[in-house]
Amino acid sequence: MEQVLSTISLRAICPEIIVAAFGLGILLMQSAKSRWMKDYFGYVSLIGVLAAIVMVVKGPASFDMKAVEYSFNNMWVVDNYARFFKVIFLLGTGLTILISMKYLSDESMMHGEYFALVLFATLGMMVMASGAELITIFLGIELMSLSLYALAGFTRTRLASNEAALKYFLLGSFATGFLLYGIALIYGSTGTTDINAISKFIHTASLQQSPMIIIGMGLLVVGFGFKTAAAPFHMWTPDVYEGAPAPITAFMSAGPKAAAFAAFARVFLEALPTLQTEWTAVIWVMAALTMSIGNIIALVQTNIKRMLAYSSIAHAGYVLVAFLAAGELGVSSIMYYMLAYTFMNLGAFAIITVMAGKGEERVHIDDYKGLGYKYPFAGVAMSLFLFSLAGIPPTGGFMGKFYIFQAAINEGYIGLAIIGVLNSVVSVYYYLRVTVAMYFQSPSSTTQGSDAPALVFSPALLLAIVVAAYGVLSLGLFPAKYVALVKQSSLLLQ
Amino acid sequence: MELLMFFIFGVGAVAFALLMVTNKKPVNAAMCLIGVMFCLAGLYVLLNAHLIAALQLIVYAGAVMVLFLFVIMLLNVEEKEGRLAVNILVVQSVAAVVVGLVFLTVVNLPKTDASFFAGMGIPDFGTTKAIGKMLFTEYLLPFEIASILLLAAIVGAVILAKRRIDDAE
Amino acid sequence: MSAYVPVLIMLVLAVATAGGMIYATTVIGPKKQFPDKMEPFECGESPIVSPKLRFNVKFYLIGLFFVIFDIEAVFVYPWAVLFKDLGLFGFIEMMVFIVILAIGLLYVWRRGALEWE
Repeated sequence: MEQVLSTISLRAICPEIIVAAFGLGILLMQSAKSRWMKDYFGYVSLIGVLAAIVMVVKGPASFDMKAVEYSFNNMWVVDNYARFFKVIFLLGTGLTILISMKYLSDESMMHGEYFALVLFATLGMMVMASGAELITIFLGIELMSLSLYALAGFTRTRLASNEAALKYFLLGSFATGFLLYGIALIYGSTGTTDINAISKFIHTASLQQSPMIIIGMGLLVVGFGFKTAAAPFHMWTPDVYEGAPAPITAFMSAGPKAAAFAAFARVFLEALPTLQTEWTAVIWVMAALTMSIGNIIALVQTNIKRMLAYSSIAHAGYVLVAFLAAGELGVSSIMYYMLAYTFMNLGAFAIITVMAGKGEERVHIDDYKGLGYKYPFAGVAMSLFLFSLAGIPPTGGFMGKFYIFQAAINEGYIGLAIIGVLNSVVSVYYYLRVTVAMYFQSPSSTTQGSDAPALVFSPALLLAIVVAAYGVLSLGLFPAKYVALVKQSSLLLQ
Repeated sequence: MELLMFFIFGVGAVAFALLMVTNKKPVNAAMCLIGVMFCLAGLYVLLNAHLIAALQLIVYAGAVMVLFLFVIMLLNVEEKEGRLAVNILVVQSVAAVVVGLVFLTVVNLPKTDASFFAGMGIPDFGTTKAIGKMLFTEYLLPFEIASILLLAAIVGAVILAKRRIDDAE
Repeated sequence: MSAYVPVLIMLVLAVATAGGMIYATTVIGPKKQFPDKMEPFECGESPIVSPKLRFNVKFYLIGLFFVIFDIEAVFVYPWAVLFKDLGLFGFIEMMVFIVILAIGLLYVWRRGALEWE
């Protein structure tokens, strides 16, 4: 646990430089306008993502050393917490790219901008995880959000996609305003935006009761609540998730959510730990609401993308439970859960992308009738991901929930843990509904007859599904290895 | 003198804002918004935020307003004798009152916080030089991230707003 | 604050000049109104459509680019003021910034977004 102090360190931002460079490179490739390059956008960005993963994991300051490295005048921190989250984001991005390639060529939307924006969004997330200062974190959030607004509207000919982009943009900018005002109030009363300095200042000047800081904290809760899609700030999620292109929905539900939690946890646990009593009650209510609203409304959805949108709200609720538990166990269970969630959700969306077909016409649960027999591989994989989302052993989703509720009970949030468990039971119903449709219902003639086009799995898609399935299973079957990892990566709390 | 200027700009900002929301012609309302921006720039100067004042004029009163006017002219909004539904009006007034109360509380907070307005003591606080020095030394990483942010905005604008984006040469 | 006195004087003079001219013309100028004179003049033809045309939507994209590049330019002002103090370091720093945005400009240009289709 050594602390290295330095100012400019290109080494510390090496993965970010790689991601940014590949994003720029793809824009240049797009500008070259040569026809043959079009097919390589995806592969090039994939190489970038892999290189960045290697740099994060094998970087000079190794994971085992638990090195905490501050650089750029304390604006930037590279610790295991940031490294772990960056791996989650990059995995999510890599899987998204694998899913996207076929989708884009089917929709004849193979444009370099798509991959460039995905990479820029990833860069934003990485900045959020590593930012040790509110302005840096804010810029990361904005970079991520701006790219996502554009990506949500990427299929420009579909009206739903336009609607998604517009709604996301308007509500997102509104939430950004809250976030910024919160930052301003905290800066106004502490005179600094540095996370460690804020915490120190509040502690020494004993400003715990200062109304300015409490209002600022409240505004931050609103802003982060929106970015994590926690109730009551979740209203945008269903429409945006339904309207956005399927691979982008997958992308949005994994990386950005994890990034929002990463920044949320860092700001609240490192900068405002002395205000824990103030935010506990708020987050408690938010967690309970988020879980319940997400799961209950998901019960009645017929569109699978919309259903998974509500499910993603519910999952944000589970993570909030872990957030509330704070401490080492709480933070590491957030990380474990977000890793598992990235795999299972992206896997499920990979299948949805294939199923939806051109123009995303088949996104109803009825369309999945009989899928399990027609396409055994897709059926088994989808069931696996849905079981994991529902939290049924032996999947990563089960272990994730287990750790979260364990952390909650350890910290004395037994009521919340009970609400969470009840909610998971409810959620089994709607996840299994899809499985039931796939295996126990015959396709109705109107929705899926002989006219339904055959599903084509491209190698990239297969790879994505296999990687996701491997992740889900190994997180469920061999949790010890991953638990050791997240334990090493938990925020070093003062 | 400062107090007098504050009142001129403060009252001006509020007056222009009221004119803006009550004006029925969109272009006139936009002009009133420029007035608001201008008065705000004056207030920034009074707060010693010199660079921010200049940026307020360049970016907001200049560029953003141009965009607003474009949009108004694109849409060709007709001047309709619209009347807001009563329930919307009620919601709006409640919201206005609540926000007003929140602001009043914030303004009336005891300013005992140790470093409240600490920056005001520095002689060249808020000048272009002081801000530039911070921006290019201390905040150099956020500064570079901002360039990527702007780039993402450019790409997003092209993708969402350009008419045809197929690759036909 | 005294640095702003010239600005204020300039402002007052500008407003006074512009306002005064408009006021003077309305006061001094002859006001003989008759219907034909009040009609919009279109080469002797009576007007057939309302002159309030809708702007072409292409202006919107141009407007967006204007705002974005204007914000970019804003960062250059403090850099210009501090250019000597910052030295080579500041120069490299700004070049990174500019190059990234130049790639954006190149992209916009090659994408054909600057063309009037």
